[in-house]
Amino acid sequence: MLIKQISIFIENKSGRLAEITKLFGEKGVNILALSIADTTDFGILRLIVSDADKAEKAVKESGLTAKVTEVIGVSISHTPGGLAKALSVLHQNGISIEYMYAFATRSEQDAMVILRVKDNFAAIKHLTDAGISILRKEDLAELF
Amino acid sequence: MRLYWDQKNECMSRDRIHDIQSKRLVSLVKRVYTNVPYYREKMHAKGILPEDITSIEDIDLLPFTTKQDLRETYPFGLFASPMNEIVRVHASSGTTGKQTVVGYTQKDITLWSELMARCFSMTGADKSSVIQVSYGYGLFTGGLGAHYGAERIGAATVPTSSGNTQRQINIMKDFGVTVLCCTPSYALYLAEVIEESGISLDELKLKAGVFGAEPWTENMRSEIERRLNIKAYDIYGLSEIMGPGVSMDCEYKNGLHIWEDHFYPEIINSDTGERLPANTDGELVFTTLTKEGFPLIRYRTRDVSSLSYEKCGCGRTVARMAKPSGRTDDMLIIRGVNVFPSQIESVLLEIGETSPHYMIIIDRVGTLDTIEIQVELTVDMLSDEVKRLEDTENKIRRGIESTLGLAAKVTLVESKTIQRSEGKAVRVIDKRKL
Repeated sequence: MLIKQISIFIENKSGRLAEITKLFGEKGVNILALSIADTTDFGILRLIVSDADKAEKAVKESGLTAKVTEVIGVSISHTPGGLAKALSVLHQNGISIEYMYAFATRSEQDAMVILRVKDNFAAIKHLTDAGISILRKEDLAELF
Repeated sequence: MRLYWDQKNECMSRDRIHDIQSKRLVSLVKRVYTNVPYYREKMHAKGILPEDITSIEDIDLLPFTTKQDLRETYPFGLFASPMNEIVRVHASSGTTGKQTVVGYTQKDITLWSELMARCFSMTGADKSSVIQVSYGYGLFTGGLGAHYGAERIGAATVPTSSGNTQRQINIMKDFGVTVLCCTPSYALYLAEVIEESGISLDELKLKAGVFGAEPWTENMRSEIERRLNIKAYDIYGLSEIMGPGVSMDCEYKNGLHIWEDHFYPEIINSDTGERLPANTDGELVFTTLTKEGFPLIRYRTRDVSSLSYEKCGCGRTVARMAKPSGRTDDMLIIRGVNVFPSQIESVLLEIGETSPHYMIIIDRVGTLDTIEIQVELTVDMLSDEVKRLEDTENKIRRGIESTLGLAAKVTLVESKTIQRSEGKAVRVIDKRKL
């Protein structure tokens, strides 16, 4: 039920993102979603890719510091209030979100959200109980 | 204007200096041999007994003392007086977190005050002066050392200590301060803030400054003199030997006069320990001839200097040392604080299981020294959450601040970005233009 996310530490230097994405291109790694959290000096680039292990290996070989983390992918209805419903389920159950980012898909009915919480399994249980669908690895594969 | 505090001792003949040094060395060696087991053992190891020392020439026979000896005898192992005779203790930062501790008897404090009085008198200061001491007061010897000397000459002493620049300037103006004591970089900073505040130099009564505790250049001296419209004097000292006032230059700016009746200077080759002749660069070594609480024999300062024995234009006959031109070890002096790269490494070791690669970057922004530590992020340190990385940065920053007493900027950098060295690791980039 969990999705692998790769997190890469990058300094705030011009050209870094171009280099990393170029590297993925060369290795045949497709990027489905990404987000960047940044401070004045550094940033953390988080990516959902077609093959997280391959991406991690490529990144480490190039000398960057990277790490794979497991996150939750949620499919929500692409209508006003759709995201709010999922988030209030988590809030009511006392689960706080460390960070999240959304991404568009080819589907017109659904939107996808990546969530990072402390307790993945509790979050999945409460979301499922509320009828919200969780993305599986296989679902992701279809998106590429 | 009185330029000598103690003309007899500052201007005596070289023969007389020699006799005094010989007499004092003989009694010093007897004293440490009797009172300090550590020295006694070191002398035995070299096959030396006190009676082998009959004049200052015999000093070659005695073993050197190093910072390592101070560390091994931490805290009071080299004290030559019982604790009930010690009236003051100072300390300076050490390389591995252990401080170097020094103790003073009442007589030592009186001597220190006397020697600082000689220094202040060289600037023309006297009991009509108002002396502002902007060195830090505390374990650091700068503040209290200058303070006692200023009081000794009868000047109105203003113990502002360091920090709060605007208040320092208000006091300087309102109290009619005539002599300022601080680090040279702080003097330049004060000059800058004075200019920014729109205070005219005519509103100040400042005539002279006694600056030291960090390396500075003749260019900095000219700039301070021009911007504050004062005469700037260079003072030298180290807590192990006494504190500020071991030597200072006069208006001839011709090297720093060492108070040779109390501190015997030598210049050695730092690799072989061989004594070098006058006017040759080498490591400066001091023997404290009269100190009671914490006497040192042939203490290797690690400062690079040279000695000159010609009489100075000011009339003083004591040896003059050249402004130290560098160090024989990797010690850095940042805002007057002694910093060894190994101290920073020990902080980093507490963060993870292995020490990450790091680089220390020293710069001078405006007039103040800055220190930045770049730390290569390891996989262990990486998190996908920003706040955890910021926690790591803060942990390192707090560790460094509590170890060094200096605020440092900590920057996490990508791995492999810090240049690897094939030989001895380069841990420091000093961008200060001195």
